[in-house]
Amino acid sequence: MNKVKWKNICEAKDKRPEVQEYKNWKELPPIPISLPIKGSIGTTGDWRTFKPIVDREICTKCGICWMYCPEGTIIRNDKGEFEVDYIYCKGCGICAKECPTKCIEMVRESEVNYG
Amino acid sequence: MVEAQEDFTQEREIKIIKGNVAAAYAAKSARVQVISAYPITPQTTVVEKLSEFADNGEMPGTQYIKVESEHSVMASIIGASTAGTRTFTATSGQGLFYMYEMVHWAAGARLPIVTTIASRGPAPPWNIWADFTDVISCRDTGWMISFASSHQEIYDDILMSYKICEDHEILLPKFVAYGGFTLSHTSKPVTIEDQDEVDDFLPPLPDERGWPHIFLDPERPMMHGNLIMPSGFYNEFRLKIHYTHTLAKQKIKDASAEFEKKFGRSYGNGLIEEYEMKDAQVAILNYGELAMQMEDAVDDLRNEGYKVGCVKLRYFRPFPVEDIIQIAKKVKVLGVADRATAFGSPTGGPVSSEVKAALYGSGVTTKILPIVMGLGGREVGLEQQKNQLKILIQLNETGVFPKDMIEGTLWDGLLEVE
Repeated sequence: MNKVKWKNICEAKDKRPEVQEYKNWKELPPIPISLPIKGSIGTTGDWRTFKPIVDREICTKCGICWMYCPEGTIIRNDKGEFEVDYIYCKGCGICAKECPTKCIEMVRESEVNYG
Repeated sequence: MVEAQEDFTQEREIKIIKGNVAAAYAAKSARVQVISAYPITPQTTVVEKLSEFADNGEMPGTQYIKVESEHSVMASIIGASTAGTRTFTATSGQGLFYMYEMVHWAAGARLPIVTTIASRGPAPPWNIWADFTDVISCRDTGWMISFASSHQEIYDDILMSYKICEDHEILLPKFVAYGGFTLSHTSKPVTIEDQDEVDDFLPPLPDERGWPHIFLDPERPMMHGNLIMPSGFYNEFRLKIHYTHTLAKQKIKDASAEFEKKFGRSYGNGLIEEYEMKDAQVAILNYGELAMQMEDAVDDLRNEGYKVGCVKLRYFRPFPVEDIIQIAKKVKVLGVADRATAFGSPTGGPVSSEVKAALYGSGVTTKILPIVMGLGGREVGLEQQKNQLKILIQLNETGVFPKDMIEGTLWDGLLEVE
């Protein structure tokens, strides 16, 4: 990871560093900012109380859950199926609420059968 | 993004206008791109005049937004400034208090917003007249705060403000405060400068890339205003705001010197303005319009043979500590007159408390007499100010503080009904 000066944030998306590193207050930019990077605040999946479980038999692969997920944690795989990235999914339940076929069930983490 | 104004020009002209109108002309001269407004007395005619300009087509590059409250005023100005525009608004008293949450946000986001405050006394008791307690209440928000003491200074200080705030080493918002009604609704000749000269003095309007540290651009996405955990750099970002205030002192002096060179009007060193201080034995510090009147009081007492002087405080934030120490060194007694309150503070007056704090540890033994007066627009006449100087002279000669001080502060001009 490269140490960067704050002016680099002005650069176009593809020229900017993915991660900014600062050692002390003098190096900091005037304001705190986040550049688009996966999981900049850590593995937010740890925050989850309810886990979205997709029932593949009912899912029509319509993509509504993918559109509504506020954190971009629903990913379309090679088969066209929508999967939840449980490392980052915070369990907000919006996907389950919006799913037209109700194929997503929010299950309390303590009750999830990991067997 | 608002297109730059190119087809409108203003020639140098002297107009007899109210203080509020001078503020509106300053915003126009600065080619502000977004104005968001909500009326409140005594500021209302600032934004009324600006809406007139916008409606007449005199400000072709300006978006004028009407919103439903002062909170929304600052919220919309924050949005506009974040997008990379030069912004302006004005408010007063209770309106500023309603705006307060967003006031902190503007400074934390380091947005160079300029806002004028036609200061009025806080309610209750309900009051709409000159009293700087409203803007003083924003002391710890991170905004720079200056006081204008004349109609011309309102115009000039707003122009200087954009130069200071938009400096890439500063990037902080600023309030320009002046007394409600005493300046806002009285008329005086004001020189409106040639548009080309103002353009030359001010930094160029931000281009479509916006400010260097904050922008709204889908091609360069970023998130700002984000959460910082206690283990993150929160302390450090706060320190940066404070440190920038200390840097701003020199920038203010530079901007003031450059302004004087270009337009010929001087405001001391930018932070303070001294009057008859060379051989003064006692002096008094004022801010706002009463600092101007005090110069007349000093002239009168000099004619009577007293070696008195006065100082005009132009900036409350950043506070000119070094300059205050220097002026205190020059005299044996320094009065500090506040047209504002700081309840429960060491003196009851915000600036006198600051002056005392600034002098601690400097080795200066000058006697400080804190004065609070003229609250809520109570008239402070020339005779009253001359009397204040005489109290200081007496304090210098006898070494005894006035008997009618209340907890170390002289509340001057309290009503005594017989």
